[in-house]
Amino acid sequence: MSYDAPRIEGEVDPEIEGTRGGMPLWEVFVRAARGLNHVHAGSVHAADAESAILAARDVYTRRSEGVSIWVVPSTAIHASDPNEQDAFFEGDHPYRHPTFYEIPEEVGQM
Amino acid sequence: MSSALLTYLLRLGDDNMIVAQRLGELVSWMPELEEDIAVANLSLDHLGQARAFYTYAGEVEGAGRDEDALAMGRSEREFNNAVLVEQPNGDFGQTTARQFLVDAYQVPLYRTLAAGADERLAGIAAKAEKEARYHLRYSSGWVVRLGDGTDESHRRMQAGIDTMWVFAADLFASDAAEEELLAADVAADPDVLRTEWAATVADVLGRATLDVPTDPYERTGGRIGLHTEHLGHVLTEMQWLHRSHAGAAW
Repeated sequence: MSYDAPRIEGEVDPEIEGTRGGMPLWEVFVRAARGLNHVHAGSVHAADAESAILAARDVYTRRSEGVSIWVVPSTAIHASDPNEQDAFFEGDHPYRHPTFYEIPEEVGQM
Repeated sequence: MSSALLTYLLRLGDDNMIVAQRLGELVSWMPELEEDIAVANLSLDHLGQARAFYTYAGEVEGAGRDEDALAMGRSEREFNNAVLVEQPNGDFGQTTARQFLVDAYQVPLYRTLAAGADERLAGIAAKAEKEARYHLRYSSGWVVRLGDGTDESHRRMQAGIDTMWVFAADLFASDAAEEELLAADVAADPDVLRTEWAATVADVLGRATLDVPTDPYERTGGRIGLHTEHLGHVLTEMQWLHRSHAGAAW
């Protein structure tokens, strides 16, 4: 969400570590109603946590989508490696599902 | 009474209409998507408030003028907004300063009107007060962030406050019409509003490490149609479509 803005003479735009030459990125989680979990809605650029919450309110709850907002610095998110997807997720383990097992008739209803 | 109420409603409507137009000028020009949506939200909130005041004003007047006729059919001298809201956007420091000074006024204004004797006005104000509290949180956050930020942001934020300062007193200009409504417990007392406004301003500017300006000059006159050179240009852009193609609709 950044672009090369025209500069006035002498104006400087210091590079902030971990950003794309602009404001830090925040992940936004919105809770739709009491009792539900906060669900990832997207991300916003903002200077600090307070303005990230306001930006998230404006961007992601315009149509009454939520009753609560969390914001988390994107740099605090540690993710699994998409290149390791097969090693992580593709094991064949049918016996980990309860439907793998046949219940002896003598057991009756469980 | 109805004449005073009409005047008061037009002042309330015009403040919101003109600041909505000023904020609307910024849509698609903000440097970040997030702030672009934020100014659009602010603008639309003010526009919604203007519509409610205009609609009520049209009914009080009883001359068949609706919200469009009042917003788009009056000329510069007939607009009663405070001169503060017509000031140009300038840089973001200037826009933020104008918005903050307006928000710090509208929060106590609407809270007072919501408890007033005119039920219709109280209803409009009660809804608007929730929006105004959000606006104040947004704008005062930026005043502090920029004022207490870098040397450059501090300089610009102070310049914005200094630029807007001489126009802010117009928010509290009063006359016989307002005194009549004040006696009837319909309007808000501008002196009381100004006290709370000054306290909010001093608190936020203090946290922002900014100086409260000491310039004693006060440019007033907007409430009786004596505007700065900027309002005519705002109205020209705002009204040309309606005036060129009367009755045009989406």
